Amino acid sequence: MDIPKDRFYTKTHEWALPEGDTVLVGITDYAQDALGDVVYVELPEVGRAVEKGEAVAVVESVKTASDIYAPVAGEIVEVNLALEKTPELVNQDPYGEGWIFRLKPRDMGDLDELLDAGGYQEVLESEA
Amino acid sequence: MSYPLIFERSRKGRRGLKLVKEVPEAEALLPKEYLREAPPRLPEVDELTLVRHYTGLSRRQVGVDTTFYPLGSCTMKYNPKLHEEAARLFADLHPYQDPKTAQGALALMWELGEYLKALTGMDAITLEPAAGAHGELTGILVIRAYHEDRGEGRTRRVVLVPDSAHGSNPATASMAGYQVKEVPSGPDGEVDLEALKRELGPHVAALMLTNPNTLGLFERRILEISRLCKEAGVQLYYDGANLNAIMGWARPGDMGFDVVHLNLHKTFTVPHGGGGPGSGPVGVKAHLAPYLPVPLVAKGEEGFYLDFDRPKSIGRVRSFYGNFLALVRAWAYIRTLGLPGLKKAAALAVLNARYLKELLKEKGYRIPYDGPCMHEFVAQPPQGFRALDLAKGLLELGFHPPTVYFPLIVKEALMVEPTETESKETLEAFAEAMGELLRKPKEWLENAPYTTPVRRLDELRANKRPKLTYFDEG
Repeated sequence: MDIPKDRFYTKTHEWALPEGDTVLVGITDYAQDALGDVVYVELPEVGRAVEKGEAVAVVESVKTASDIYAPVAGEIVEVNLALEKTPELVNQDPYGEGWIFRLKPRDMGDLDELLDAGGYQEVLESEA
Repeated sequence: MSYPLIFERSRKGRRGLKLVKEVPEAEALLPKEYLREAPPRLPEVDELTLVRHYTGLSRRQVGVDTTFYPLGSCTMKYNPKLHEEAARLFADLHPYQDPKTAQGALALMWELGEYLKALTGMDAITLEPAAGAHGELTGILVIRAYHEDRGEGRTRRVVLVPDSAHGSNPATASMAGYQVKEVPSGPDGEVDLEALKRELGPHVAALMLTNPNTLGLFERRILEISRLCKEAGVQLYYDGANLNAIMGWARPGDMGFDVVHLNLHKTFTVPHGGGGPGSGPVGVKAHLAPYLPVPLVAKGEEGFYLDFDRPKSIGRVRSFYGNFLALVRAWAYIRTLGLPGLKKAAALAVLNARYLKELLKEKGYRIPYDGPCMHEFVAQPPQGFRALDLAKGLLELGFHPPTVYFPLIVKEALMVEPTETESKETLEAFAEAMGELLRKPKEWLENAPYTTPVRRLDELRANKRPKLTYFDEG
């Protein structure tokens, strides 16, 4: 399972990639594989203030629907509109074109509480 | 193998019957502006074509009348044919009829309400909601009206649901305008009490629980949970999907629940799963009774009547009085079995589930939360097997598959609910088939089923580009 080392992770299978004073958020390769073919992504509203752990988006697959949580507190500043027409990007390129939203964290330091690639690998092993 | 639609069998001008009496022209009955411009596009077939079409369809159908149907959390129990006779007795009733001339129907509704109140430990009930999720929405709207009435509508904005909840619980809460917060399960599969304590507070409107939960486990700390909710002013909602496990043995009202919805189409034998319609009565404790939908069936000095004089009611949630014929079937079931019979049904449902769970363990399946299960349990295939392939393989072996990929907290979940109406031999035959699947070559599993009317469907296309009407409306 692919776990890039350039970003942070949550136990609930989101990744968070810092870019300047924002972070890009999506779901991991493991998560997209477990969900199966994604058919719809419900995106949050731009400008919405969110708390850490708050459900902000929903990914629906042929199997199930799953909430996507904010990895840190902040404000939604951009969403991936491409997913409205082509939600399968989440399956095809979970760490790139399949990103879901961009968040401006209240405090970039909060990211330090998240898992690194090694920590996330351990989460996956403990779940197997 | 494709099967033509009834529209594709249609031939212009073909008829199955001939009207022998003079029928008035539509123009003579209605003003011109109410007449349609073109006749409706109904299929035109002869009687034999019609009979063959629907008989053929029914033979391609998988249902509880043809196979074991262990769909978890759906309670696909047998639907006694006697109940259809009972329902037919009411065929000439009209919803606009004066209630004074429909006293039998109202008496049945009133009695059914009393039985359901007695079984759940609730003080008042509405029979109006059309199915389970509709009952949930009704129940949560009642709770919302209660909080608003007490001036706490603006502060109590969150509904809590366990991570093992039925998907309809968070969907309901969200539809009623609430934020949804998930409460994690503990290692034993039950609600994590410490996690719950952290979430409860004056911002919470309700906690929605299923008991037994979707793992088939009874929430043993339910009295502690309801005490904590009460202290926090949080209403406790009982999702009645799994009532079949405890019917007649334990009452949600005694556990401290404030609202209960029931699925008459599950627990009380009303046909469902495409054969609907369902029915989702909602029972409440006295403090919530003023907010129930209108009308309620009431008993007065001059007989039964429909009570619309309920100023705090959330209003109507359904046209007329709900799915009345579903109520007739549920009433017939309760009257046939009586309390001893209902208790026995619940006990046998649990016994069947426990027996089948042990059989599947012998066949090599894992039970991730292996407590004493109630009416259903959640199994996992051995490493390397996919629940979806096993489900498709089961179809090939002549069984309806269990629920798969639910609850969400178990990977490759197979959620099995045999119900009380299955024999020991059927359970054993199913377990044999489940064992046989694990011995099949991988390739066989990945391509199953082979001899069913349709083979593996393109789920992605079915989700993304469903074609829901025959006619191209553009």
